[in-house]
Amino acid sequence: MTALLEVRDLCTAFPSGQGALRVVDGVSFDLARGEVLALVGESGSGKSMTALSALRLVPKPGRVVGGEVRLDGENLMDLSVTEMRRIRGGRVGMIFQEPMTCLNPVVRVGAQVVEAIRLHEPVSKAEARERARSLFAEVGIPDPEARLDAHPHELSGGLKQRVMIAMALSTRPEILIADEPTTALDVTVQAQILSLLRDLQRERNAAILLITHDLGIVNELADRVAVMYAGRLVEVAERAALLEDPRHPYTQGLLRSIPALSAPGEALPEIPGVVPSPDQWPRGCRFSTRCPRRFEPCAETFPAETTPAPGRRVWCHEVETTEGEDAR
Amino acid sequence: MSRGSEPLLRVSGLRTWYPIRQGLMRRTTGWVQAASDVAFTIEPGETLALVGESGCGKSTVGRSILRLEHPQAGEVVFEGRDLLALEAHELRAARQRLQIIFQDPMASLDPRMRIREQIAEGMQSFGIGRDDQERGERVAALLARVQLDPATMDRYPHEFSGGQRQRICIARALAVEPRLIVCDESVSALDVSIQAQILNLLRELQDELGISYLFITHDLSVVRYLAHEVAVMYLGQIVEQGPTDRVFEAPAHPYTRGLLAAIPSIDPARRSAAPAVLGDVPSPSDPPSGCYFHTRCPEVMDRCRSEAPSIVSLEQGGSRCLLSEPRTEPRG
Repeated sequence: MTALLEVRDLCTAFPSGQGALRVVDGVSFDLARGEVLALVGESGSGKSMTALSALRLVPKPGRVVGGEVRLDGENLMDLSVTEMRRIRGGRVGMIFQEPMTCLNPVVRVGAQVVEAIRLHEPVSKAEARERARSLFAEVGIPDPEARLDAHPHELSGGLKQRVMIAMALSTRPEILIADEPTTALDVTVQAQILSLLRDLQRERNAAILLITHDLGIVNELADRVAVMYAGRLVEVAERAALLEDPRHPYTQGLLRSIPALSAPGEALPEIPGVVPSPDQWPRGCRFSTRCPRRFEPCAETFPAETTPAPGRRVWCHEVETTEGEDAR
Repeated sequence: MSRGSEPLLRVSGLRTWYPIRQGLMRRTTGWVQAASDVAFTIEPGETLALVGESGCGKSTVGRSILRLEHPQAGEVVFEGRDLLALEAHELRAARQRLQIIFQDPMASLDPRMRIREQIAEGMQSFGIGRDDQERGERVAALLARVQLDPATMDRYPHEFSGGQRQRICIARALAVEPRLIVCDESVSALDVSIQAQILNLLRELQDELGISYLFITHDLSVVRYLAHEVAVMYLGQIVEQGPTDRVFEAPAHPYTRGLLAAIPSIDPARRSAAPAVLGDVPSPSDPPSGCYFHTRCPEVMDRCRSEAPSIVSLEQGGSRCLLSEPRTEPRG
């Protein structure tokens, strides 16, 4: 069985004084039908840019400089602009952190959903409105009929996010790309939205590419996790395997530095230093400047992909070396 | 919570409401009840975390203590003096001992001033250090203390990363030798690996210098690590207050329980079930009748819609909830 979405060796670059900076560099992953894959990283890791690249939405002057993104085997990079537009908001829906970036402030929210539906399907206005109403009910908007006629500013942050989810679902997408969908929300509202996304995903068997910086959200929602650091993947694994037994030193550091709710007391283990900016990325492993287990090859050469266990991919010289010893 | 001596800070009966003005005459037509009847104490060398969701009034409380807002009622007794009763020139002197660090360091640093000047500015105005040279030496020591290279003191804020800028703000606050620092969402904008560095730094400084913190945050996960006491706010009121371990291990208020349950865990064996607290926070200009939380409370009773829970139980270290009030038989 092939994956619904296959990303292969995706590279995106921005021009700069020192030549092109590859902010997404050789990223490959699969997304199966009905699967939730989390793309995790801190700011500047390239996680959002990876999703934007896959949808061919990289802001200028950046551009995708290499790789393929196959949806059901068809390479999106070969499609015309019009064909691509039909994919976005059609087979692929999108949810962003800030709902106001995709809601029009002067148009009633119901009309916006109706428009989105009619852009992709030849249905009457009344039919589209009925569908918008049932979508509003499905995403848990109280009193959906009345809310169709509300303007965005009349809705709370949580309700606006629900409207955006309804709009993303309106064309029955096979893939939902959710970029930090709950980051702007309060924690009690976040819990509601996460629970909604989980229910929708199960009921509709939609695949979700979830972009987040929060490993707690990963645990709530994801089936698999891909960790990014400075434009590259460092580790890919099943959710429980990654959280229980992270192999890459960066994943390990990230998990340790989260203040635990249950264990106060000792100093938090830190990852020393800061994420380097793209013009200061080391030649070899990009984490080598902060890695506690750095050794000779790390600063000079990129680690190759290793597969220490089924379903697990790690890019780390140390893991490569120890795995090699184990094999002997 | 008497420990024999006067606490460093004692806030009582604090009320900060913002008028809603409408019409040509700008008549006051209502009030945003940002903070009502807020009371707590902070001991020397300790941290009180003030937690809650957006709009609960936690930042208003922090700003009111510094008189960056204009509270209508209450007392803010800091080192024995009521800050709300001070004249402007007295307030200025008191502020040396009372500093604030915000969420966005870029907004609180002057982009056109070298960081050396910004850190030395407060020292100069409070007469700390004899001359520029001595102050320069102090700036170097402060930068080293917050783990920045003293050689960078002649740079501008934009030349630093977000975490480094927050260190600069901490150094600037420390420069005037404060006893209390209000940290208003000071680590919220940072990546988790950087956040850990800043949290560790804040705690080391407390151990070394005996500073107290009022730590304002929406993120309960950082509270356990840093705070001795926690106060949970909802719609302008403190709904639960107590020692950190007690609040986390035996939360008394349904809202606190909901907040704690809503935090996504990183324990792979724990994926939460249905969310406990539904709906959104009501508007602070038109709070619900009775208990403010009754519209979202999973344990709501009929009484909650009309009876406001009292603050008496709160002062006993409990919560502002009819369920935690001592049982009284309804009369007649």
